[in-house]
Amino acid sequence: MTRGGGVILAAAALALPFWLQSPYHLHVAIMAGIFGVLAMSLNLLLGYTGQLSLGHAAFFGIGAYTSALLTLKLDWSFWPALGVAVALAALAGFFIGRLALKLRGAYFVLVTISFAGVISLVSVNWIELTNGPLGLPGVPAPALGPWSLRSKTAYYYLVLTAVGLSYLVCRRLVRSRIGRALVALRENEPLAESVGVDVTHYLVLAAVVSAAMAGLGGSLYAHYTRFVSPEVFLFTYTVTMVIMVVAGGKGTLAGPLVGAVLFTVLPEALRAAASWQWQMLVYGVLLVLLVFFLPHGIVPWLAGAMPRLAGTVSASPAPPPPDAPPARG
Amino acid sequence: MLAVRDLAVRFGGVTALERVSFEVRPGSITSVIGPNGAGKTTAFNAITGYLKPSGGRVTYDSVALTGLRPSAIARRGIVRTFQKTSVFPALSVEDNVLTGLHLRGTAGFFAVLAGRRRLAAEERKLASDAAAVIDFVGLGHRRRAIASALPYGEQRLVELAVALAAKPRLLLLDEPGAGMTGSEKAVVSGLIRRVREQGLTVLLVEHDMRIVMGISDTVIVLNGGRVIAEGAPAAIQAHPEVIRAYLGGPAGAA
Repeated sequence: MTRGGGVILAAAALALPFWLQSPYHLHVAIMAGIFGVLAMSLNLLLGYTGQLSLGHAAFFGIGAYTSALLTLKLDWSFWPALGVAVALAALAGFFIGRLALKLRGAYFVLVTISFAGVISLVSVNWIELTNGPLGLPGVPAPALGPWSLRSKTAYYYLVLTAVGLSYLVCRRLVRSRIGRALVALRENEPLAESVGVDVTHYLVLAAVVSAAMAGLGGSLYAHYTRFVSPEVFLFTYTVTMVIMVVAGGKGTLAGPLVGAVLFTVLPEALRAAASWQWQMLVYGVLLVLLVFFLPHGIVPWLAGAMPRLAGTVSASPAPPPPDAPPARG
Repeated sequence: MLAVRDLAVRFGGVTALERVSFEVRPGSITSVIGPNGAGKTTAFNAITGYLKPSGGRVTYDSVALTGLRPSAIARRGIVRTFQKTSVFPALSVEDNVLTGLHLRGTAGFFAVLAGRRRLAAEERKLASDAAAVIDFVGLGHRRRAIASALPYGEQRLVELAVALAAKPRLLLLDEPGAGMTGSEKAVVSGLIRRVREQGLTVLLVEHDMRIVMGISDTVIVLNGGRVIAEGAPAAIQAHPEVIRAYLGGPAGAA
């Protein structure tokens, strides 16, 4: 994405609450932001190191439960709870990363699925702690000093800040030698090792950062919906994240955000437009078409199309797109 | 100096290498030749940590390499290329080489997150280093091209550039001339000579005798997992065991 485009989008995101008057629309924007953090988190692993984590909802759920439990049972305030939620999710990411070192591809996928399954079972059965399937209601809304962030507008800006921070972390990582090392592991692991890229170090690093960001998303989710139940571990959440990353463009910086906005808004739009049987049908057909016609995702397609379109106007040779598919973006 | 002592590799009941010993003198170009299945690539894999040897030891400047991971061996200045073309396919030539420069960068996780100012200076330095390596292998006009879209011969040059970017002291090349045209082979031979002039030691596996005899100081002949001859190119060409191994013969040399 060009610098100018990024500034315009950031300004639009900042101004959004001023022209989205309905709380419902603001709710959709908040959910899109939370999923944006989650999709960026998954993209670090899937898009850059090439490892598919199908248990990503586990890190999300660990973040949500940690934050909820600390504020409910120990009366912590939101901010330290958020910090511990991120740290615990990162710790889980560390163990999964270590465990996954010997496993790649399908085996890594299985380990992550099983991990999410186990954590989910714990949340259902450790009733003394988690209240079991009934979940934990009444998670407090965060406050910033004397100001409560209970209103949707305030929460929107909180989520937007998290999105901005996560984006910055991804961008700095990806555009550094660390990002090059991650991509090298995706592209050709033996070759990466031959030039001194330490596989252990970088896979674990990616897993930890990714899990920490998912934990951040979980904590934000818990304090927004004010309720946490074992549903946060649902496979649907992981699948939604994967769809967002793949549709938006894996291995690009903007892709997961585009995917998150699209696939948060789309089901809501369909809900307004059609009965529920048709919703799922249209959603599915759109998804298939998208993957079929834009296999690299929306952002790489745009990055490729824009210079072409510009070229027809100015007839000057267009520079190669900075987010060119499927290289690092 | 690289010293290989009694190196043995067995896959189940198959002995790929059987007590192979040789040394590679600093600043030399040493070639390993031998018929298919002689154990050449296996020796490379065992030296560079891609394969755990069943016995023997490999040392570099008297430090043991056996048991180290490939990335740790690379950190000690020993970098290899692969027999099958091996690049980072989706990346541009420039990004391929920048990735090869991994060990020359110093930026750690927290420095990257903090966005330190000196990082930008380091990135500029790496970019100019990358440009120098790309120019050295003669791919300056291909800097922005995606590696997988390049013709085969140029992909092999990218591979060489990636290895050189890692600043090896000892460079191991696995069939650098394989599948190349005559003129491309001449280019590669020239590059290997220039690499040596810059003070690197080169160990290569190669089938093309024109390359081997043209550039090597020492030739090591492997057959059936053992060293059957070692010496200057002229001596090797006249060596009866070598002739038997390649052309077949009455005596059971293999």
